[in-house]
Amino acid sequence: MKLGIMVSEGPYQHQASDSAYNFTKAALEKGHEIFRVFFYHDGVNNATRLTVPPQDDRNVVNRWSELSKQYDLDLVVCIAAAQRRGLLDENEAKRNGKDANNIAEGFRISGLGQLIEAGIQAERLVVFGD
Amino acid sequence: MEESGVIKKFLYVNRRAPYGSIYALESLEVVLIGAAFEQDVSLAFIDDGVYQLKKNQATDGIGMKNFSPTYNALGDYDISKIYVDKDSLEERGLTLDDLMNLTWEDENDNYAKKPSISLVNSEELAALMEQQDVVLSF
Repeated sequence: MKLGIMVSEGPYQHQASDSAYNFTKAALEKGHEIFRVFFYHDGVNNATRLTVPPQDDRNVVNRWSELSKQYDLDLVVCIAAAQRRGLLDENEAKRNGKDANNIAEGFRISGLGQLIEAGIQAERLVVFGD
Repeated sequence: MEESGVIKKFLYVNRRAPYGSIYALESLEVVLIGAAFEQDVSLAFIDDGVYQLKKNQATDGIGMKNFSPTYNALGDYDISKIYVDKDSLEERGLTLDDLMNLTWEDENDNYAKKPSISLVNSEELAALMEQQDVVLSF
């Protein structure tokens, strides 16, 4: 089955991202197709490479990056939600005159249309939120 | 954006108060962007979400932008199906008269302005959700 995933909550604060990750990984391992994972609301914070979790804890951000690499998974961060919360890629940092960017490998920043497109293209859109 | 003519039924479920968290505002942003995709869109307001449609919102005291006038634009985006949970309204001491008068123009009826909001009970809401292809919950 072709699935779309939406993640609406931030890492560590909320289990939504863990559940979304576990679900996505399990679906891929079972041979399902993940059309896209879309990060919205505080979910955009799953894409910052500057997180430094304790060593005995899971690394939520790196886990997504690794899954993306392994399965060529499309991880999309909402640009409007990201800008509000200080999540920038190189282009956005330059465009907004900021001195740094923080997006992790495997994620890309794009518009909300990508979420709607996932809803249209996927057979099921699964929302992980509060 | 070309989507090869696929039209799906999208329902946006709004469950939270307009201020206090950003869910309501960011939900509205999805609805407005999504309108460009010409899908079959409905909005539902339940629980504290019914406050999002309250008339005369005044946000000066909390230093936030009052985004409620934007709901009036939904009709212009061809979004005419707005369902409000009757029980949620009543539990909060509200009636339809406390909500903004949201309308849409019916091009098949000489562009007559018609109300967009319908009050529904929980059985009707459940049936509405059952009909959808995509349910986004905020």
